Amino acid sequence: MILPHLPALQVVVPLLAAPLCVVLRRTAVAYGLAFLASWAAFAISVLLLLQVLDSPGGVISYELGGWAPPWGIEYRIDPLNAYVMLIVAAIGAVVITYAGPSVAREIAEPQRYLFYTSYLLCLSGLLGVTVTGDAFNVFVFLEISSLSSYILISVGATPKALTAAYRYLIFGTIGATFYLIGVGLLYQMTGTLNMADLAQRVPPLAGNRTILVAFAFIAVGVGMKAALFPLHIWLPNAYAYAPSVVSAFLAATATKVAVYVLIRVYLTIFGAEFSIAGMGIGYVFMPFAIAAMFVGSAVAIFQPDVKRMLAYSSVAQIGYIVLGFGIATALGVTAGILHLFNHALMKGSMFLALGCVFYRTGAVTIESMHGLAGRMPWTTAAFVGGGLGIIGVPLTAGFISKWYLVTAALERGWWWLAALILLSSLLAIVYVWRVVEAAYFRPAPAGAPAGEAPFPMLVATWALVAANVYFGLDTRLSVGVAERAAAALMGGGP
Amino acid sequence: MNGSCLMAAALAIPLAGTVLILMSDRWPNLREAVTLATAASLFAVVVMLVPEVYGGGRPALRLWEIVPGLEIAFTLEPLGMMFACVSSGLWIVNSIYSFGYMRAKKEIHQTRFYACFAIAIAAAVGVAMSGNMLTLFICYEVLTLSTYPLVVHRGDEESIRSGRVYLGLLLGTSILFLLGAIVWTFTAAGTLDFTPGGILDGRLAGPAIGLMLFLYMYGIGKAALMPVHRWLPAAMVAPTPVSALLHAVAVVKAGVFTVLKVIVYLFGADFLRESGYADWLMYVAAASLLLASCIALTKDDLKARLAYSTVSQLAYVVLGAALLVPSGIIGGAMHIAMHAMGKITLFFCAGAIYVATGKTEVSQMDGIGRTMPVTLTAFLIGSLSVIGLPPFGGAWSKYFLTLASLETGHMVFLAALAISTLLNVAYLMPVVARGFFAGGPPGAGTGAGTAIREAPALCVVPLCVTALGCLALFFYADALYALLLPIAAGGKP
Repeated sequence: MILPHLPALQVVVPLLAAPLCVVLRRTAVAYGLAFLASWAAFAISVLLLLQVLDSPGGVISYELGGWAPPWGIEYRIDPLNAYVMLIVAAIGAVVITYAGPSVAREIAEPQRYLFYTSYLLCLSGLLGVTVTGDAFNVFVFLEISSLSSYILISVGATPKALTAAYRYLIFGTIGATFYLIGVGLLYQMTGTLNMADLAQRVPPLAGNRTILVAFAFIAVGVGMKAALFPLHIWLPNAYAYAPSVVSAFLAATATKVAVYVLIRVYLTIFGAEFSIAGMGIGYVFMPFAIAAMFVGSAVAIFQPDVKRMLAYSSVAQIGYIVLGFGIATALGVTAGILHLFNHALMKGSMFLALGCVFYRTGAVTIESMHGLAGRMPWTTAAFVGGGLGIIGVPLTAGFISKWYLVTAALERGWWWLAALILLSSLLAIVYVWRVVEAAYFRPAPAGAPAGEAPFPMLVATWALVAANVYFGLDTRLSVGVAERAAAALMGGGP
Repeated sequence: MNGSCLMAAALAIPLAGTVLILMSDRWPNLREAVTLATAASLFAVVVMLVPEVYGGGRPALRLWEIVPGLEIAFTLEPLGMMFACVSSGLWIVNSIYSFGYMRAKKEIHQTRFYACFAIAIAAAVGVAMSGNMLTLFICYEVLTLSTYPLVVHRGDEESIRSGRVYLGLLLGTSILFLLGAIVWTFTAAGTLDFTPGGILDGRLAGPAIGLMLFLYMYGIGKAALMPVHRWLPAAMVAPTPVSALLHAVAVVKAGVFTVLKVIVYLFGADFLRESGYADWLMYVAAASLLLASCIALTKDDLKARLAYSTVSQLAYVVLGAALLVPSGIIGGAMHIAMHAMGKITLFFCAGAIYVATGKTEVSQMDGIGRTMPVTLTAFLIGSLSVIGLPPFGGAWSKYFLTLASLETGHMVFLAALAISTLLNVAYLMPVVARGFFAGGPPGAGTGAGTAIREAPALCVVPLCVTALGCLALFFYADALYALLLPIAAGGKP
């Protein structure tokens, strides 16, 4: 009875829970609703993934309101959607479990129910982007998530959060508008917004100037949303000044969803053959991805604020994800999608650990973390665990990502690219180890606050660290689904 | 119990020991008892594996597949058997020495020290038993990370700086070169299993062979081939038991062990020799061997001198492997055991002198043999073994290395070995000479310093044991030779 409607429920549940939070107003009730809705979304995403993997064609199609595609809106889920949806919903569930004490510490009581409302809207927007099979619908959900994330960032503790949110608003809006212009041009040429339908109609128009313009507009628009270097400048401040919960949530989900859109548009709508062989999209994105890897990591090394450091590290890691896409083979796309998944786990755990630090000490600068290992041993260990993943140490998920990226580069015979990937990961050692040295070997300042963060925060943080290790050992899920997704996307490509 | 169970036990025992050590944090005596019991049971398990491997068996343990074609798997062959025996056996002696040293110096963070030590040994045993290059790489990295807290044990500015060099070089080279080489091997050969005769024959040709060998040799930073040796002197900032077992035995030998494994089981010695792209390695190893010995001469700090001596002795092993003939490979492999026994003795002595007198510089050690005769006699024995004089173990490995350079007709390496031996004498003997003979006749001056003042018994007994070990290795080298013979024949049992 319910099972066939899971795709719709995935969006509807958090979307309906949001206004309920406003109506009921009580913080505890709002938190309870957000908690239930997030875990429900996680359960639904697991069920959907299982359904997709079991279904014969590997695709679930759901006609919203009973209108047949391409006229009605179609929710269309294949392994790629289901995979990205799973990571978004999983991070959502972990973060909401963590959120209670952290939000109570960082956000004033009268605003808390609104915070949870925005959080639910953001979650439903992100899930909506992943679930829908309609190019315009993607824009709608992208805006729902973006508008609510501007709110989420702006409630950060310092006034700087407001300017950071404003800057994100400007960039986000430009990005979304560019995407919309691109979709509009496609609609003008084909008369359809359904992705599957577009995928049939766009490739025959390959040489058309309007199609080419659409192609370019979408590249810039989505690149901005995904914070691909050099369009990343909104990201560091947004992540640095947002409340801890928001930084963790957005870092692990928002940019990932934008990268998903990128992959979806170019490999499904335009098609692998046109995008890669015809337009050389891989060569367009690769230089920026490589620049992101080096510049992001290099700048991260010099940040006194650890949260900002992680933000720049995210810029670099998005570079790795896009690089996989830029290698433009089935193996490369697998590596990119895989890193999207793994990076969400690693960076999520690091941001959550920082949230624990902020909860106890009220700051996240390197100085404030001196001697932290003695004061908050579990939190520090969790941060190091995530950091080892970012470096790519074996037995963590990050190692698997790196392995696939290097393999993909070598498979194309690009040994120089393999060397660059490995070289850039050395920079990660430097910025992670700065924190390790401060936390383990510098003496704690006199009177520094000590004691672990509350239990739910610690459990949620360690859940992600454990996942980071688990997916470094057992990759049947993470690599298996990524391979299926890439195979489906690259079916017609080289 | 069959081989697989024993291998699983050999990995599990030190890890379980780590947990127990952490749990017994508040009771130092219990903690030390746990350490000793763990070391003893590990050694017992490893020794129980010897008959099977000696008889030509290759016990294997497959854990699980990480991604298709890449699994965590362990296979025990003669080379690994020897390395596992050396690491786990010396861990017992070293543990006893640690108790004496750490208590006498009243060191901080002793629980962390013993726990990290146990993880490091587990990783070393893992390296020894690895069945493929991926498993070896994983254990190799665990070894680096678990020894980092030991190197920076004191936690002061100097330790942190040395820790940076240590971690930066070891982790950096392993990610940049070794991981790259491993992925390359996997894409070229489709497997990473250690196979007798190698897996790269026919999969790689031309200068690419030389390049890949370069990536492996400098990616294995633990082998301390110059110029990536800087981490080893830096690691000397650690407490002496760490320098003794990890930076004379487990960590550095894991490096040269990996070099041997890569050359014998990934490339295949015959394939490399016929390709002709491996010649450069001999010259690099010989240069490293001589240069490090020369640098050792200039060091006044005893531990720094021993560290450069280790760099030099590791190059012996690499040279043996690079000669690509059976006698060279056996000589190199034997040198792992022989040098381990000799060098751990020397470090034990250096630590005992430090504990008893607080002296670290060679120039301060005048007359020290009169107050610490046992320690200095052990130092003499260790030195003679490292120099390679009979009747001590070191003689055999140098004999085989010399034989290998004669067989291949490379007289230049014969000269290098001879000069290096003289240099060994020049940098080790002054310690003994000063200790016994310098500083005027006994009883001169105030008369102080003539009474026997050895380090605590827990420090002195282990160094006597390892000194006797050097002697024993000379007489039982034939057993080692028989064990190692199969690998020279391409690793076939």
